[in-house]
Amino acid sequence: MKTAVIQFPGSNCDEDAVKAVVATTGEAADLVWYTEEKLDDYDLVIVPGGFSYGDYLRAGAIARFSPVMKAVQDHARKGKYVLGICNGFQILTEAGLLPGALRHNESLMFQSMTLGLVVENAATKFTHHYDSGETIRIPIAHGEGNYFADEATLRSLEANDQIVFRYANGENPNGSVADIAGIINDKGNVLGMMPHPERAVSELLGSTDGKRLFTSILTSWRDAHGRA
Amino acid sequence: MAAHEPSIEQVKSEKIYRQFGLTDAEYDRIVELIGRMPNYVETGIFSVLWSEHCSYKSSKPVLRRFPTDGPQVLQGPGENAGIVDIGDGQAVVFKIESHNHPTAIEPYQGAATGVGGIIRDIFTMGARPVALLNSLRFGPLDDKRNRYLFGHSVAGIGGYGNCIGIPTVGGEVVFDERYSQNPLVNAMCVGLIDQGQIAKGYASGVGNPVLVVGAKTGRDGIHGATFASAEDPHEKERSAVQVGDPFMEKLLMEACLELIATGKVVGIQDMGAAGLTSSSAEMASRAGSGLTMDVTKVPRREEGMTAYEIMLSESQERMLVVMQQGEEHIAFDIFEKWGLEATVIGNVTDDGMLRVLDDDGIAAEIPVTALVDEAPVLSRPSLRPGYLDELLPSPRAWQVEDYGQALHTLLSTPTIASKAWVYHQYDALVRTETFVPPGSDAAVVGVPGTKKALALVTDGNGRQVYLNPEQGGAMAVAEAARNLVVTGAKPLAVTDCLNYGNPEKLDVFYQFETSAQGISEACRVFETPVISGNVSLYNESRGVDIYPTPVIGMVGLLEDVAHITTSKWKAAENPLYLLGDLQKGIDGGLGGSEFLRAFAIDQALLYQLPEFDLAEEKQIQDACLLAIHKGFIAAAHDVSDGGLLVALAEMAIDGGLGANLTLTKWDLNEASLASLFFGEAPSRIVVEVHRDKEEAFLKWIRQTGTSHLRLGEVTRDAVLRVSSDDGVLLEASVDSLKNAWQGAIPAWMN
Repeated sequence: MKTAVIQFPGSNCDEDAVKAVVATTGEAADLVWYTEEKLDDYDLVIVPGGFSYGDYLRAGAIARFSPVMKAVQDHARKGKYVLGICNGFQILTEAGLLPGALRHNESLMFQSMTLGLVVENAATKFTHHYDSGETIRIPIAHGEGNYFADEATLRSLEANDQIVFRYANGENPNGSVADIAGIINDKGNVLGMMPHPERAVSELLGSTDGKRLFTSILTSWRDAHGRA
Repeated sequence: MAAHEPSIEQVKSEKIYRQFGLTDAEYDRIVELIGRMPNYVETGIFSVLWSEHCSYKSSKPVLRRFPTDGPQVLQGPGENAGIVDIGDGQAVVFKIESHNHPTAIEPYQGAATGVGGIIRDIFTMGARPVALLNSLRFGPLDDKRNRYLFGHSVAGIGGYGNCIGIPTVGGEVVFDERYSQNPLVNAMCVGLIDQGQIAKGYASGVGNPVLVVGAKTGRDGIHGATFASAEDPHEKERSAVQVGDPFMEKLLMEACLELIATGKVVGIQDMGAAGLTSSSAEMASRAGSGLTMDVTKVPRREEGMTAYEIMLSESQERMLVVMQQGEEHIAFDIFEKWGLEATVIGNVTDDGMLRVLDDDGIAAEIPVTALVDEAPVLSRPSLRPGYLDELLPSPRAWQVEDYGQALHTLLSTPTIASKAWVYHQYDALVRTETFVPPGSDAAVVGVPGTKKALALVTDGNGRQVYLNPEQGGAMAVAEAARNLVVTGAKPLAVTDCLNYGNPEKLDVFYQFETSAQGISEACRVFETPVISGNVSLYNESRGVDIYPTPVIGMVGLLEDVAHITTSKWKAAENPLYLLGDLQKGIDGGLGGSEFLRAFAIDQALLYQLPEFDLAEEKQIQDACLLAIHKGFIAAAHDVSDGGLLVALAEMAIDGGLGANLTLTKWDLNEASLASLFFGEAPSRIVVEVHRDKEEAFLKWIRQTGTSHLRLGEVTRDAVLRVSSDDGVLLEASVDSLKNAWQGAIPAWMN
């Protein structure tokens, strides 16, 4: 499995994502500059956290127009894996790859802490190494993580099991509707989440609960492609 | 000369230089040095370089006494930041800097640009910034304006660090009336570098091109350095506060690190205080060269800017770079990739002149030595303030109705209370090397690719320095070292931020020079030389000076991440010990304590500090560090603000466990309990010992001759219980202590 981690000028979790992929899967991961127009060589594309273009306007609002995002759209259309983390999730919603939007945290304060997430759907290609209903501990760090979608979208997300992660009871840090922390598209190949699984991959970092996200993706890919 | 600018004669006859903070004597000295009367631009250049902020004219004689050498020191004071060897060809680069005056006017931008400035000082050296810390002082939170200053400063610090992607891993916040008009924002940045990559601020090599890189230059921050050297910032202009752009800085940082890695950079320097003026003069001064710069080539974001404005602008996120001749294109290419400008504005000369050209020809021409080496050095007079000789012996006895209630009150004092409200606004984990995040004694960040880690801390206690400048200064260093040691790290070196009032006052200058003396003594004992730092004077408003507040930033090394130790209790039935002399702790009394400030504020400044012995402190720290390295210790925490009970409560809250503490065999009476529980005698550490290693621990600790006392055991039952022969003295549920501790700051701020 080959992974591309997209690097916008203001990405700052790009190298963390590369490190986490390599450490948890033993597979290669490349940084790919935002001007790149092709991602054909890659199986998984990670849109990492950070402040892609400073995000003074609205998180991800400018990044969606960058050359590489067209390639990410193609990649997703082909059914290949896309994982958006934090700013990456914001960019994926701005680009229309995932429904809904991420607003300023209800408190209007940036919030950074490790908190409980409930795995709502452990039957996805990204989460099958978790147990459904399991609570895991993953750090968050964002100012605009307050997920919003209209009633109809929410109903369809619920009906199709597209809500993959919710903040554990009482731990919603940002006012997200229905405690939503991460969602998947209806085809099941694009996952966006505000929490940072790449920050929970070793005892030294305080949690290893993020590891299984990356190993889930790897085994999903291997099941479909063999070990190449 | 721009048409509307005063003439050379007007500068003199109308004493325009006075508006820039130059005295008549300084003006006369300038005339003498350059052999003629300076024009308006030259007067502006002199005024910023000779300001307190840039010239350190008051503090230089004092700073010279700091120990700055050691086998570990690769770069001491005088560069953009200091550098310390951490082995394996790697080094740690760090510095702390104040941004107090801008914060008093515009807290969000003032604090944010403080962070931006200190980050530039680190990557200018070629180092990758890996951690940020800060040290903050505000007035009490019951005042609306203090809440505004505090809240916006914290948001500004977070806003900058979070965006640029450098984790903010630690710091301290203290609230006291003395800081209401003069809040303190000190920011520290730590970077890692391969020793072969170190860059310096040298403008050498005749003909080498000089480039301005990064953001465009605007009219913001003109005379910021002068303004930082004046009393009462409230009377000053908001326009002298700069505006930060962390995204721009992120691009600048990546571009500069990429550029330095090419090996084609001769010298590089941040354009911080006094912008182009100080960066160019300092780079030429270090190399003994001259510079000619055409300011019309400097990319500007406003029209019609004069040479004066361009030279004095403090627009953020800019650097001055000297490249090897013929290699400019490398800079152009790299900066273009990052969407930034890199523009040649002049070149290095050998005539020792700082020459500024504009459309009309030579706008300024000044010998670099006159600007830098000849900057005035003042030997300011000082006088021991009378209050120091009127302090009463530290009181041991204090009537406390209910120790549990008193502990709850102390835990909910904002200075002692949990700072989670603050650090939850800081991304502490980006870079995924933060092994001990904020909230412990010291933060720990890993050194990528090795087993090693750095422990980082900032510490200061202005009230203690006020009550005893020399001892207080030494205690600040000792506490910083103690915080590193309890984390498992060996202290390496110090960066200091010296915040004081108006140095023209005899007693303030006494506080400054005497506390610096204490810092020097302690740095010698701990073998932690001062490798960088910053002085902030004139923290005075309406005649009231802040407490003398030296802040010590200290970096320590853990050879193995396996040594990382935190303060939270780990397992029931583990024994708890106090390292340090309990009787001395009792005898030390309540002088200088948070307890007095909380319960008898009118007496908070009446008493002497508990005694302090540097040799004893060092011995206890060495014993503790070795005990950690031998694997005896499950948790360790230093006893500081609030005293012993607060230290125990913090360990309990963090670990979610309780403790049974039995204080028998001690001559404990009603009169001494308060100072035992709440006194802040230094040189004490609480350790939780692994149950199966207690015997080995004891054998070893006796060998070292360290005073120690078994306090009791950790319990699964989350209750903190303290008893003596006379029965239970205190019993408090850890949940209720936690609520008091965690709820205090949010209750004011949310």
